[in-house]
Amino acid sequence: MSTRLVSRLIIAAATALAAILPLILPSWATLTTLILAKGIVVLGIIILLQAGQVSFGHAMFFGVGAYTIAFWGRYVGAGDLLLFLVLGPMLAMVFGLLIGLFVVRYREIFFGMLNLAFSMVMWSLLEKLYAFTNGADGIRVARPTLAGISFTPEVFQYVLLYLTLGLVLVVSYGVQRYLDSPLGHMLRAIKSNETRLEYLGVSAKRILLIGYVISAFLGGLGGVLVAVAQQIATPEFAYWTKSGEFVFIAILGGTANAAGAFAGAAVFETVRFFASAQLANAWQLILGVVLIVIIMFAPNGLIGLRNRGKAQAEVRP
Amino acid sequence: MSRVLISARGLKIRFGGVIAADGIDLDVLEGENLAIIGPNGAGKTTFLNMATGYLRPQAGTVSFLGRDITALPPRTITRLGIARAFQIPQLFLDQTVLENMLIASSAQTGSMSAFRHLLDLPQRNEVEDLLDLVGVRAFANRKAFELPEGQRKLVDIALALALKPTVLLMDEPTSGVASGEKLGLMDILTSALARQKVSSVFVEHDMDMVERYAHRVAVWSSGKIQVVGPPAEILNNTEVREHVIGI
Amino acid sequence: MDSTIVILAICDGVSYAALVFLVSVGLSLIFGVLRIVNVAHGSLYAYGAYMAATLSLLIAPVSPWLTFPALLVASVLVGAIVGGFMERFLLRPVYHLEEVLQLLITFAVFMIMDNLQRMIWGVQPIFAAEPVKLLPNISVLGVNYTSYQVLLLPLVAVITLFGLRYFLRYTLAGSIIMAVTEDREAATAIGIDAKRVFLITFIIGACLAALGGALASPTTSLVPGMGTDMIVLSFAVAATAGLGQIEGAAITALMIGLARAFIIYIQPELEVLVPYLIMMLVLLIRPMGLFGVNRVRKI
Repeated sequence: MSTRLVSRLIIAAATALAAILPLILPSWATLTTLILAKGIVVLGIIILLQAGQVSFGHAMFFGVGAYTIAFWGRYVGAGDLLLFLVLGPMLAMVFGLLIGLFVVRYREIFFGMLNLAFSMVMWSLLEKLYAFTNGADGIRVARPTLAGISFTPEVFQYVLLYLTLGLVLVVSYGVQRYLDSPLGHMLRAIKSNETRLEYLGVSAKRILLIGYVISAFLGGLGGVLVAVAQQIATPEFAYWTKSGEFVFIAILGGTANAAGAFAGAAVFETVRFFASAQLANAWQLILGVVLIVIIMFAPNGLIGLRNRGKAQAEVRP
Repeated sequence: MSRVLISARGLKIRFGGVIAADGIDLDVLEGENLAIIGPNGAGKTTFLNMATGYLRPQAGTVSFLGRDITALPPRTITRLGIARAFQIPQLFLDQTVLENMLIASSAQTGSMSAFRHLLDLPQRNEVEDLLDLVGVRAFANRKAFELPEGQRKLVDIALALALKPTVLLMDEPTSGVASGEKLGLMDILTSALARQKVSSVFVEHDMDMVERYAHRVAVWSSGKIQVVGPPAEILNNTEVREHVIGI
Repeated sequence: MDSTIVILAICDGVSYAALVFLVSVGLSLIFGVLRIVNVAHGSLYAYGAYMAATLSLLIAPVSPWLTFPALLVASVLVGAIVGGFMERFLLRPVYHLEEVLQLLITFAVFMIMDNLQRMIWGVQPIFAAEPVKLLPNISVLGVNYTSYQVLLLPLVAVITLFGLRYFLRYTLAGSIIMAVTEDREAATAIGIDAKRVFLITFIIGACLAALGGALASPTTSLVPGMGTDMIVLSFAVAATAGLGQIEGAAITALMIGLARAFIIYIQPELEVLVPYLIMMLVLLIRPMGLFGVNRVRKI
């Protein structure tokens, strides 16, 4: 069997698993939604990693998505999930454009640091402007309707799950197409030889900005889904450890393609879920060790382990 | 009387104590292949850097078809019609040769899609022909980092050609190419350039290449242009032979 | 704003800046030499604090004055053991990997240390204020303040600053460290054992962070989140100064410490915002930091 076929079978199997398992084990429904939603955010991190840039502030877009719908609930009224899925990511995209205009002028550690700075500014505002944001306690998010229909909690968790699964398939397809397109290749060119790219008449800043705005959109989308799934938005959504988590998941899963984001998120959230419950809250410890092991023995991540034969050695000129 | 394409006037630049350009005046004419010769450190690459916006001269101007391009960045100058091939090949090493070319072609047409697969672009045939021209078609699906230096050089030139420039600036195009193949390459290259009405400037150390393919030769020395003239004249000039070529 | 508040704010700012400086300078030093952003740096601060508190509580019944050397012992223990272990067994094996992976290793260490901290010392706040109580209060221009905070802490910071400067510029070991910082390849080529330099530098940086924590422990109640906040705060200071800048870190720590202290009296909600807002503004204008050197573009 060709590797292409094997890849497709695995994706189909994983999708089926995500769809069916929660029907058998209801407690898995929300967990699966969280995995998928976080995976969507991590797709954004992977996009930026193609350009060789790591954002240590991506949680800010996650936070924007979550708080958009939280503020809607607090200041406007009842909401509809479809509205949320448009509003949150759109607003995150606007933030992405505004902040992106600044950050795409920088590279490597400066890019990372500036993103961190912006995200910490956002976090401090969310944490301390109690009057608007309710501070560290966060804002509760009421269960929204979907296209006007109200669901019971038991049914809604499945509605949310399958909607998220659908979004994941659409978004992954879109991101893969983007990465295979001229713009996607130019994004990778920023990492390998930005000077040459400029000498082809292309503005590297513009290419990176496009990637940045798309990744901000994905961050906001994930934020909306998580806020609805957990029924809360807290300042922690924008804290630096959350940004670190997203980068962690990206590396854990492997950054070569979209599947890595979800593989990484699956491992991360599953370990967290079970270790929290069973092993006296040692999930951070376990995940920390897992990450170290992966980096030392399989730096291409979980997906990289599978693709070991195709791992590329990069030669610098 | 040929049109003047690139016109440099009074270019000056120094790096600390080193004067890399001390009042450079040069015209590049339409339809010519202009060779730039001179010892290492004379300022030849610095001139290419200034002409393409990579370096800002401390004095003087560069213009292209009458338009002042001195302060413009490389990407704008490239879009105006000046393409560059580098001394050390500058490629996207982790992508295939074909992908490198398609990126260049996509940039040239300006239709940079976010959705269409790079390998499905309509200009794929055109680009493969260019690879054929310089003789690296066989490597099209190899990652650039796998190629030896000589082949990388050829891809670098092909990339510049893919931009359909008005002027092509080449920094030592035949260095790294096996000496038995140099003539063949330059033959193909110069006839392709003539066919597509592309003028060229090439920095060269091999005087045989200069003699055969240059219409005019500019001699660089210590940041200045000593003399400009047709190859026969320049290569027989005793001063040039002694101080510059070192015969 | 009356003069009492101003003096209070200055005292707050200076004592706070002293602690932040100790942590930031270690972070900066590690980045300057090893080119690694040590995300676990704040955890070393926290461990320094918890260890100091533990030793302090043990030793105080025996002899209260021994709590001072206990602070020092705690820092060195934490810095040398944890820091040494981390560099030798977790970072050294990955120097050949991309920088982001090295950073993630330190992030993983942070997660592990954070978890272990809760397991070892629990989540209830710990108070070990003995050293502060021992030193008298003094009057600063009419305002009552602890001499621990307004004299001892700045004193330690100043000694550290000049000590580091002297060490790096005038001793052989320091020159070797500077050589590796400036040009790793050249230094190795002339026979310097870069691995040893990395280990020693990391331990020094770790000890400084732990010292900051140890010195902080008598002035505050120790809670689980203290390391996490200090990580990003010390990074903000180091980045704003320019990663690798020692003297710059001192000035920046003072600036941010004072800014924060004053804001608390004017508009308390903005306290947490100040360091990050400053970081953001500085990095936008000068990405290499206030005192950083502009990277020369290679042709």
